[in-house]
Amino acid sequence: MSDVTDPIVETRGLEMRFSLPTHFLSREKPVLHALSGVDVKIRKGETFCVVGESGCGKTTLGRAIMGLLTPSSGEVYFRGRRIDTMDEAERKPVRADMQMVFQNPYASLNPRRNVFQTLAEPIRHLMPEKSEADVRAQVEDVLDATGCDQSWQRKLPHEFSGGQRQRIAIARALVTNPAFVVADEPISALDVSIQAQILNLLNDLQDERDLTYMFITHDLSVVEHFGDRVAVMYLGQVMELAPTGNIFDDPKHPYTQLLLAAIPKLTGGSFDAPRTPGELPDPVNPSPGCPFAPRCAIAQDICRAERPRLRPIEDSGTMAACHFAENSRELIMDKENAGVSG
Amino acid sequence: MALLEVRDLRVAFPRGKKGEVEALRGVDLTLEKGQRLGVVGESGAGKSMLAFAILNLIAEPGRVTQGSVTFDGENLLTMSERQIRRIRGNRISMIFQDPMVTLNPVLSIGTQMIETLKAHRRITDREAHKLCVDKLKLVAIPSAESRMDAYPHELSGGLRQRVVIAIALLTDPELIIADEPTTALDVTIQAEIMSLILTLCRENNVALILITHDLGVVAEVTERLMIMYAGKCVETGRTRDIIDRPKHPYAVGLLKALPQNSTRGAKLYQIPGSMPPITNLPSGCPYHPRCERATDECRAAMPPLEHGVACFHPMHETPAEETEATT
Amino acid sequence: MITWQGFLKRFLSDPVAIGAGIVLLFLIVMAVLAPWIAPQNPYDLLQLDIMDSELPPSWRDGGDERYWLGTDAQGRGVFSTIMYGTGISLIIGIGAVIVQGILGVTLGLWAGYKGGWVDSFLMRLADIQMSLSTLMIAIIALALFQAAFDANVYADYAIFMLIIIIGIAEWPKFARTVRSSVLGEKNKEYVDAARVIGLPARKVMWVHILPNTLTPVLVISTIQVAEAIMTEAALSFLGLGMPTDKPSLGSLIRSGFEFIFSGSWWITLYPALVLVALVLALNLLGDWLRDVLNPKLRRGDD
Repeated sequence: MSDVTDPIVETRGLEMRFSLPTHFLSREKPVLHALSGVDVKIRKGETFCVVGESGCGKTTLGRAIMGLLTPSSGEVYFRGRRIDTMDEAERKPVRADMQMVFQNPYASLNPRRNVFQTLAEPIRHLMPEKSEADVRAQVEDVLDATGCDQSWQRKLPHEFSGGQRQRIAIARALVTNPAFVVADEPISALDVSIQAQILNLLNDLQDERDLTYMFITHDLSVVEHFGDRVAVMYLGQVMELAPTGNIFDDPKHPYTQLLLAAIPKLTGGSFDAPRTPGELPDPVNPSPGCPFAPRCAIAQDICRAERPRLRPIEDSGTMAACHFAENSRELIMDKENAGVSG
Repeated sequence: MALLEVRDLRVAFPRGKKGEVEALRGVDLTLEKGQRLGVVGESGAGKSMLAFAILNLIAEPGRVTQGSVTFDGENLLTMSERQIRRIRGNRISMIFQDPMVTLNPVLSIGTQMIETLKAHRRITDREAHKLCVDKLKLVAIPSAESRMDAYPHELSGGLRQRVVIAIALLTDPELIIADEPTTALDVTIQAEIMSLILTLCRENNVALILITHDLGVVAEVTERLMIMYAGKCVETGRTRDIIDRPKHPYAVGLLKALPQNSTRGAKLYQIPGSMPPITNLPSGCPYHPRCERATDECRAAMPPLEHGVACFHPMHETPAEETEATT
Repeated sequence: MITWQGFLKRFLSDPVAIGAGIVLLFLIVMAVLAPWIAPQNPYDLLQLDIMDSELPPSWRDGGDERYWLGTDAQGRGVFSTIMYGTGISLIIGIGAVIVQGILGVTLGLWAGYKGGWVDSFLMRLADIQMSLSTLMIAIIALALFQAAFDANVYADYAIFMLIIIIGIAEWPKFARTVRSSVLGEKNKEYVDAARVIGLPARKVMWVHILPNTLTPVLVISTIQVAEAIMTEAALSFLGLGMPTDKPSLGSLIRSGFEFIFSGSWWITLYPALVLVALVLALNLLGDWLRDVLNPKLRRGDD
């Protein structure tokens, strides 16, 4: 057994740039910065949540780790071995250990393949040494584990509801007994009464199978319930990285505070004051300063000039990328009070 | 007199050669002037159908089979298309999930707003232009004057939805029906849009029917709440009361299943199974196969909606007076 | 998704589809069984008698009851030649569509999945080819071929040449259709799921994406068979298709056309009617398939 603090997955300086399509005569070559210098370490056995709004790079990060996208620069490590530069033969054994659950259960299952074919494919491809009997046994095991009925094996995806499909998608991700699973918004396409079923299932499976999750979501209330540590992303950068408790009890970054304030609460009352429109700045032409500065209530000149680095804040266990992380909450409070009285 | 009264509204779609299947199975609601009502349910519960039926916009081959929709004393369902156009888009405005349902991609924002206004008011272009800019300012669109010449694709999703709200407000409606207006938006933008809608409704005494799947949004914005399941209203009442003391087991389950309502790290409460499709409803109460409290009575007959709840075995059987006193 | 039962039910509830299906089935059965049921083998010169030439249909004055629909200038029974000719037309039509399909699906799949310069190159090639008419390409190719080889060699290989030329000339239709469905499918998450386990691109394309793009291919295949039969008929009519001793429907029409003014209209009319029936049945079936398989036009269940 490795030390608990040893990361199972690590990224170093991960960058992802996409050239945007232009007219072939155009001189400009716009480049979209989907990830700019992301360092995360995901520890064995934890649920590492990545939170942010659309366009923040959370899905891109998950895909880069899984090898669905090739990073423009930077490194991805799995159990200490660099995987992003491996060739297919080298990477194949690693793939059985890393799996992914997708957002849309209506698109993530091939409509023309039955459940057995879908579940058997990863074993057949990644574990060619397995006999047909082993494949069948493994498929049956994983169906049991994910609460699917054995009679589903010969059915096609269109015969199932969204929640059932997501169970099948989870079964596919677990059929090779991976150690690490990226779950990209696995509940956001599901109905409210089904979301709890899927979250509980993921939780139980984590305990039974000693899984490490990277859980990508836009919904902080799910994170509060589900996550061990949280990375809050904004425009391709990690803004705050902290244990879940810290994020909710003592958020350091103004953006985290904005996200928390935006959650609709059952107690009500937090939408009473009108808010000024905040819009994402252009990811094609990033400013040299903090990407959040244009929306930030307490931004100073230094924020617009110099990009803050992700740094440990006091000894709280939180890391934040903000020049004023130590006292951002007081500053925002002062600002609000000044706004009310002025 | 109530602003809007819906009585026993039923919508059916043909199925097979002669059969019909009911998507809305008898819904009643009453909305006073300036009141904000949330309609909550899962996909397929019939909540969008309700909005379309109220506006007499049910598309072929569906049809309203029964019921009445009385807006300010007039039944919208028996009106001619000409008459209803004086109300729809004028005294009742709509906001949809996708702003591009409302916005025409090839016309500038200003042209669309002025056209909308001139369809309902006798007004000069100059006055119309001024009024439109005012409304854009009202919904806090930065540099409103210059946005009049912008096209929808030049705006972000949040700004587009603000423009749609501005269009909805142009005719000073008495009722706004908003169908999942923020579902496609990010949480911070959702908070902005919802607080905008809330403020505008309050300040102008506009009634609101907010259709959503998100109980949190409803709790923030509405005063009254209606929970729908399989084409029927299963619980209705004051939002606060239902959220604090739900009576119908489905409402109880929905609220208990929210991560917000459970302790960190603990297992979430979960409702077993999923909502049956309207084409294949169980006998009696449609919720009984998923319900912990179901008895033979529930399997045999549909419980009527009494004291705001359609259940033979509701939770929290506290008298209404006590409920009033505590909140 | 539509099940076989649903498919059959819809077929049986549509009189146009049933009618077209019956006509097509009748013609195919007739063509396949021609060697056994035809009253005469028109390829067998020994069975022909020049004295029987240009006999009118049997129910008219001077008709011979051995030849129901009359005979042509070489004394072949029109009914028998139609039975054999329908077979040749169908072989060319189906064969050409198989060639089109293989070329078009492969190139379309490749272009759609790879994108970038592969896509640009193949699609521009398709554009160029689409801007030249199929008939023009076929006329040039066949004229060259006829000039290069003597008539006997040409007669032996004409059927393959027609299949290949019509096949190659029309691949862009399949390629474009497949490419556009691939573009829709390749960004779906089931493709990502296949890539996550490291399936090679070739397998992702053929095993996962291709089966989900075949619905439109099926629809255009039916219509393309009709189109290929028409093209072949037009080429034969121009004298570039099947030789007269192995006539397709098109060459039959042509061979009778010379005699239409001398009063022997039946040599042209009956093959032409069969050709129209065949092409119409295929097109109607193609349209029906498109309506059934295109979910956007479908309403009702699921």
